[in-house]
Amino acid sequence: MSADALAPVAGPQPDSAGHFGRFGGRFVPEALVAALDELDGAWRTAVADESFRAEFGALLRDYAGTPSLLYEARRFSAKVGARVLLKREDLNHTGAHKVRNVLGQALLTKRMGKTRVIAETGAGQHGVATATAAALFDLECVVYMGQVDTERQALNVARMRMLGATVVPVTNGSRTLKDAMNEAMRDWVANVDETHYLIGTAAGPHPFPAMVRDFVRGIGDEARQQCLDLTGGLPDAVTACVGGGSNALGIFHAFVGDEAVRLYGFEAGGDGVATGRHAASITGGSAGVLHGTRTFVLQDADGQTLESHSISAGLDYPGVGPEHAWLHDTGRANYLPVTDDEAMAAFELLCRTEGIIPAIESAHALAGTVALAPKLAAELGREPTIVVNLSGRGDKDVHTAGDYFGILDKER
Amino acid sequence: MSRIGVAFDKARADGRALLVGCMPAGFPTVEGSIAAMTAMIEAGVDVIEVEIPYSDPVMDGPVIQRASDIALAGGVRTADTMRIIEAVAATGAPVVTMTYWNPVERYGVDVFARDLASAGGTGLITPDLIPDEADEWLAASDAHGLDRTFLVSPSSTDARLAMTVQHCRGFVYATAVMGVTGARARTSDAAPTLVSRARAVTDLPIGVGLRAGYADGVIVGSALVRCVLDAPTEADGLAALRTLSAELAEGVRNPTR
Repeated sequence: MSADALAPVAGPQPDSAGHFGRFGGRFVPEALVAALDELDGAWRTAVADESFRAEFGALLRDYAGTPSLLYEARRFSAKVGARVLLKREDLNHTGAHKVRNVLGQALLTKRMGKTRVIAETGAGQHGVATATAAALFDLECVVYMGQVDTERQALNVARMRMLGATVVPVTNGSRTLKDAMNEAMRDWVANVDETHYLIGTAAGPHPFPAMVRDFVRGIGDEARQQCLDLTGGLPDAVTACVGGGSNALGIFHAFVGDEAVRLYGFEAGGDGVATGRHAASITGGSAGVLHGTRTFVLQDADGQTLESHSISAGLDYPGVGPEHAWLHDTGRANYLPVTDDEAMAAFELLCRTEGIIPAIESAHALAGTVALAPKLAAELGREPTIVVNLSGRGDKDVHTAGDYFGILDKER
Repeated sequence: MSRIGVAFDKARADGRALLVGCMPAGFPTVEGSIAAMTAMIEAGVDVIEVEIPYSDPVMDGPVIQRASDIALAGGVRTADTMRIIEAVAATGAPVVTMTYWNPVERYGVDVFARDLASAGGTGLITPDLIPDEADEWLAASDAHGLDRTFLVSPSSTDARLAMTVQHCRGFVYATAVMGVTGARARTSDAAPTLVSRARAVTDLPIGVGLRAGYADGVIVGSALVRCVLDAPTEADGLAALRTLSAELAEGVRNPTR
């Protein structure tokens, strides 16, 4: 299957300038337009080139370990009241779906003749994935990370350095992911000739949202076929967590044309959307422009970006990919918030029923599924089948989760 | 012709470049920023560029970022910026506004244009809005008689350069180096090359964010902001600002010195 993960498929596409309805586009300094055009051209040429697609497919299979399994979680299903099929992206090399995107963009970087990649990272997962691909492709790698995050995620900083990357702590603004993204953008403007900005999610200026989506859409292509093989039919619903939203688009894309399949994106509700301490850009934000694209943004009355809050560092971002904003506008996908507490309850449930420690990001998808299952069962009058994107594994979250559950031994 | 155009023409008739001085609105306070900009005009700065502080200023270097953060932490609102523009425009100097796009979109593009025009602002410099995405702004600036300054860059193709200047009114902003404000030139020939490329496709004046003799206007921001940022007191900051403004004003009048 992953031998040709980029083969043309039907599915929603933006217009030629990257607009998904009223969202998307390019809100960037003119200095970056030439680089974005170059990237767009290289990307279009590459996907039409069978040798590029074959090389990408081989990397996904031999290096990343895809297609990932679709696993029927029977004990979890019994607790939830639905037939739950987990798309095991947590088993990929580097522990999440993100490896698909970084391998694709690193290949493209080589193709464009560039020698340096930069990336932003919050918890460090995208930074680690980028450093991994940079090591594999012998590219110089600089990762921008908010100073607050370098302190919270010291282990991931060490991992990136082990892989040969330079980690730059960002001390501007709120010193978190959004400021790291600003700093990466500034680096890119200054060094665009030899540098590719390897954006970690399906957001940012065109062509990033559609390009990143296509690099990860193998998740859904695989899951759709695996579900047909396993159950003889399509699922009733597909669920995923949504921060920037690449894992969700990756699994949604193949199902968008299947009208009977409901699509659910679960945003980080933090302490609850009503408290203002959350990262739910669609359910708790408004339309605006951030980091090069028009989308839903957490912002104040003057358009200043607000700080987001989530127990999950990977969802802790005040914007969302423009394709999600559009899928929300059209009503094709449903977006609902999941609080920190709900996510952690589902995190524990999966640990105890299946022996799988999920990433806290993915635990939001599990929690949303727990809430969705009885409603869907009532509506359908039977047990629903739900495919959940288990986008990453929880090794990185052991400290956060241990703290949350109060199970860490106190230092002696 | 726009008021900026008149100012450029007057400077050109005097055989010199126009001096544009930039300061974030509300830095260090609303009143403090009015005092700073007034001091700049009194010391010989021709045109004031008021930057609307924004939480995510990707085209600005560390100096203007810090000043913007201070302004935002002080609680400055977009409505305050309108008041600042009005106060500075009352001195008679042309006031152009530089803003990232989201604050305008949030205010409402047409309402923003209406309020800016009635405050006496001449128009907008939009660092993250390219003409390709600017339909609403093109209409609003036409409706309210405002100038539009889009940026051109050393990396702009000839086709984009021509398209961009065609959508400009008032003046064109040439980014002198590939980098953020306050950055030093990596290649000294990028800016003059860009200015002559732009001159080949437009009669509009061209401003460059660098002290340069070959442009119609020089735009100075970080160095002026640093006067206020580094000063122990507001009075010291104003004094330093007057001194530097006067030096810069002398520089454009007597560039060989």
